[in-house]
Amino acid sequence: MIALLFRDLKLALRAGGGFGLGLAFFLIVTVMVPFSVGPQSELLARIAPGVLWLGALLACLLSLDRLLALDWEDGSLDLLATAPLPLEGTVTIKALAHWITTGLPLVLAAPVLGVLLNLPVQGFLWLLVSLLLGTPALSVIGTFGAALTVGLKRGGLLLSLLVMPLYVPTLIFGAEVARRGAEGLAVQTPLLLLAGISAASIALLPFASAAVLRVNLR
Amino acid sequence: MSIWEYANPKKFLATTERVMPTLWISSAALISVGLVWGFFFTPDDYRQGSTVKIIFLHVPSALMAINAWFMMLVTSLVWVIRRHHVSALAARAAAPVGVVMTLIALVTGAIWGQPMWGTWWAWDPRLTSFLVLFLFYLGYIALWEAIDNPDTAADLTSILCLVGSVFAVLSRYAVNFWNQGLHQGASLSLDKEENVADVFSNPLYVCMAGFVLLFIALVFYRTGTEIRARRIKALIARERLEA
Amino acid sequence: MPDLGKYADAVLSAYAASLVLLVALVLVTLWRGRKVRREMENLQSRIKRNG
Repeated sequence: MIALLFRDLKLALRAGGGFGLGLAFFLIVTVMVPFSVGPQSELLARIAPGVLWLGALLACLLSLDRLLALDWEDGSLDLLATAPLPLEGTVTIKALAHWITTGLPLVLAAPVLGVLLNLPVQGFLWLLVSLLLGTPALSVIGTFGAALTVGLKRGGLLLSLLVMPLYVPTLIFGAEVARRGAEGLAVQTPLLLLAGISAASIALLPFASAAVLRVNLR
Repeated sequence: MSIWEYANPKKFLATTERVMPTLWISSAALISVGLVWGFFFTPDDYRQGSTVKIIFLHVPSALMAINAWFMMLVTSLVWVIRRHHVSALAARAAAPVGVVMTLIALVTGAIWGQPMWGTWWAWDPRLTSFLVLFLFYLGYIALWEAIDNPDTAADLTSILCLVGSVFAVLSRYAVNFWNQGLHQGASLSLDKEENVADVFSNPLYVCMAGFVLLFIALVFYRTGTEIRARRIKALIARERLEA
Repeated sequence: MPDLGKYADAVLSAYAASLVLLVALVLVTLWRGRKVRREMENLQSRIKRNG
């Protein structure tokens, strides 16, 4: 398992692995927001938590189609399926690798981009916490979507269509935590619900992803 | 005599063919009676005026929008567990019907909301969860269309339906939490004092029954179509093999 | 025709939109069903002819 994790990380970090593209996308989305809604700092401060959450979500979404597609194309997915490691474990590791290469950089970049959007000072901590708790769910749910569409030629758009509705609860609670944090309100309820969604997704969805992959590899 | 007999496509086709005319006629009759009754022979509500008549379309379609998804969930489970092709095809057949029902509920709701709430659309929990349901339907149908191999498609869409159901319910609660609603509570429920008045509820029940029958008729018919389409594919493939 | 008062537009457009959607759904369903049935018959007669 550890070897697989390191292999995936190495592949992602190598040139052409697409590492950093999600981050760049996150940056550019955030930069585009003031161009589209105007530069008033109060307005930006108010929408900053939501915009950062949405940007992180989209950046995560865009990197999903590479998650399994490359392994599918060169056949290493078939090898992984016949390996002694259960497929559930494989997809969990894949999701973890995706989170380390995409989710974690997004989490760390978010406060920096928060400065650009004039995020209130008390909001930084909760933005960081909510993203830290929420992005693993995004990766795991995304892995499920990637497993569904892995055999398809032009699965990219379909993948987005399938995954977006599944992201709704995570986005609602995550953005709510960040918003309440920025406004200085109590964050406990949405925070617990967000953590619950993440924990449940991580615990249960790998089984669905593995089942889907088995169908696709048949 | 058990329900599993209908897992045989021939048996399913023969039986549905026999009940089809009854279903079509009774659903058309019930919907016409209910709508005519509701449209022509109910009084105006003292607050909502004549817009109350929209309820006879809005509530039945919303009911079927949810029940269609529920039916897809059950038939998907049957496919996953017992692998009856008719079941998977019934789920596929029901999805577009569910989309149209969701659309009707959303459109009639918007038209009603404009004079009553002063807005076509509000990000109210019920409205929002219906929109999310609509997106789930679209994704489900798109996945069916995208995959060539029928068994793979049936498997993947079933699992999507199961996972989607969980997330749809989650979204419902998330959305509830996220915004307080404008929407009134349930129009009809057994345990509540404050229901819609009898003048409105009687034609409403007729419309609901009509929509249920229409849904069953449509799903039976469409499932038959899907079974035949599948058979055609198989026959053509066999022909090619022999040639 | 009942008197719909000032909300006539709303009520009528809601009924019209819903009925159009319902009828369209039924027509599309029947149309596709007929087409597939016809194809099936053609195919079966062809298979019978060819033995």
